[in-house]
Amino acid sequence: MVSQTIPYIRKIITRNKRSQNIFSIIGLLSMLVGIITLFALIFDLFSDGWPRLSWQFITSFPSRKAEQAGILSAWVGTMLVMLVTALAAIPIGIASGIYLEEYARKNWISALIEINVTNLAGVPSIIYGLLALGVFVYGLNLGQSVITAGLTLALLILPVVIVTTREALRAIPNSIREAAYATGASKWQMIWDHVLPYSTGTILTGIIVALARAIGETAPLVTIGALTFIAFLPDSPITGQFPFVSFAWLLAPFTVLPIQMFDWVSRPQAEFQVNAAAAGIVLIAITLAMNAVAIYIRYRLRQKIKW
Amino acid sequence: MTIAKKTRFSAKLLRNLRERIIEFILFLAALSSVATTIAIVGILLYESVKFFHQVSLWEFLTDTQWTPLFDDKHFGIWPLVAGTLTTTAVALLVAIPLGTIIAIYLSEFAPPIVREVVKPVLELLAGIPTVVYGYFALLFVTPLLQVVLPDLSGFNMLSAGLVIGMMIIPYVSSLSEDAMRAVPTHLREGSYATGATRLQTALRVVLPSAISGISAAYILGISRAVGETMVVAIAAGGQPNLTFNPLEPAATMTAYIVGVSLGDLPHGSLEYETIFAVGLTLMLMTLVFNIIGYFLSKRYREIY
Repeated sequence: MVSQTIPYIRKIITRNKRSQNIFSIIGLLSMLVGIITLFALIFDLFSDGWPRLSWQFITSFPSRKAEQAGILSAWVGTMLVMLVTALAAIPIGIASGIYLEEYARKNWISALIEINVTNLAGVPSIIYGLLALGVFVYGLNLGQSVITAGLTLALLILPVVIVTTREALRAIPNSIREAAYATGASKWQMIWDHVLPYSTGTILTGIIVALARAIGETAPLVTIGALTFIAFLPDSPITGQFPFVSFAWLLAPFTVLPIQMFDWVSRPQAEFQVNAAAAGIVLIAITLAMNAVAIYIRYRLRQKIKW
Repeated sequence: MTIAKKTRFSAKLLRNLRERIIEFILFLAALSSVATTIAIVGILLYESVKFFHQVSLWEFLTDTQWTPLFDDKHFGIWPLVAGTLTTTAVALLVAIPLGTIIAIYLSEFAPPIVREVVKPVLELLAGIPTVVYGYFALLFVTPLLQVVLPDLSGFNMLSAGLVIGMMIIPYVSSLSEDAMRAVPTHLREGSYATGATRLQTALRVVLPSAISGISAAYILGISRAVGETMVVAIAAGGQPNLTFNPLEPAATMTAYIVGVSLGDLPHGSLEYETIFAVGLTLMLMTLVFNIIGYFLSKRYREIY
């Protein structure tokens, strides 16, 4: 009896082990599929666009002749739009994160806001474009300008900033809050002097990731009617005369890198698609660099912090 | 003495006042997200109502052609819905199996060092701008597929869907992995103690316990696939086409909105209103998916 069951059990064990090994291989292969795709994408982009990438490409305006065209107005536009996005999204996002995590009482208003933030994160980005088209472009008459684009992207990344701020604040142990209160600090002093400085790193990581995403967003900006052919730069934000700052650039028409790339890739001529690849390299370099910085900060923080 | 008392009193008052003001400002900031939602719903409804004054809802829901920009105008939403569903289906056929397997592998099989390296690398896939994915789909994946399927047209939903699938793998795998890692170790230990292998433990204990988190990951993946715009706008063709065959070119709802926005739309025209009607449909579709996901995760939530 016993001599019969032992080989039987052994057979089951070998079979289970085999299926486990097969799964390990499938898992490794699946991971490789993802990683290979990433490398194929980057390799394809570089092999198509690298020869086109030059100083001339970065410092030229778009042109009807593919070999003379460049991305000057696109990257300047991207910078200006991102400036508006950051100035709008960071303070509002952090402020609402603080409110929801530190102040909000458990009532229906805070529950409503919470559900809302989660849902907004799932809204397709192009819907934000429709919102901006209706409200900013035609409702508030801001036109198809840098400020419209910046505010659109700010609304888009606001949920991300709020959620990361909340997570960062939640990670701060209560003992720190209690210690601050024990020395007589008010609630705001406790937050401003203690909780916020400790969570800066995590919040910063979230903001960088959010901005990297905003830089690559194309759909909502196409929807508000961004132009693809801009052969001039907006007025400089800093001027030679008093009061040294100018806000004319806020209402200037603009284009950004992803839109420039989209325009080029949609053209049938192969020369323009080479330009698209070159613009793609610049775009991907910016977003990957930002993501890498964020990953590095997160890695450092995880090693350093011990409560 | 009295003066000192008085200043201390007013200082306290001032401090309280300042605290109240700060709290109010923070509250206003938190309300901004609610305002955004109200504005989105408001603008979509406002323009769609104007649209449905001119086009009947019946026509919108029953006509099989979508040609609002031609002389012979038809306003049937189905070609756009079909395109959206087809690309989403292709994307999910890639992302859900691969993402789930990667998540199981990373959480239950891979050594910690592999997990620490692979997870951020895969997350980079989600960080790449979608317009770059569009380029990749049109000029790399489609020619590659044409080697295998010579009849494949230059614009098709298959390569767009495949690329969207690759793009949303990290959403599925990262969130599922987080959910599986949150399953307490003693459940795994219990399973090992009965003689189960790693694979059996992963599939029969960890996976069911983490199912609510995993379904949330799936729902996020679906939302992303439905709302993805640039890949389909570049690689799928942009012609509204009532077909579920992924080898054919077609337009999705998002691709239509982008295509129309590229031309100079006169504000207030019927064409202008169509993109809001399509946007409203898109919004309702994602809402339905989210609600289904909410109930799924509630239904299957395990309490350890």
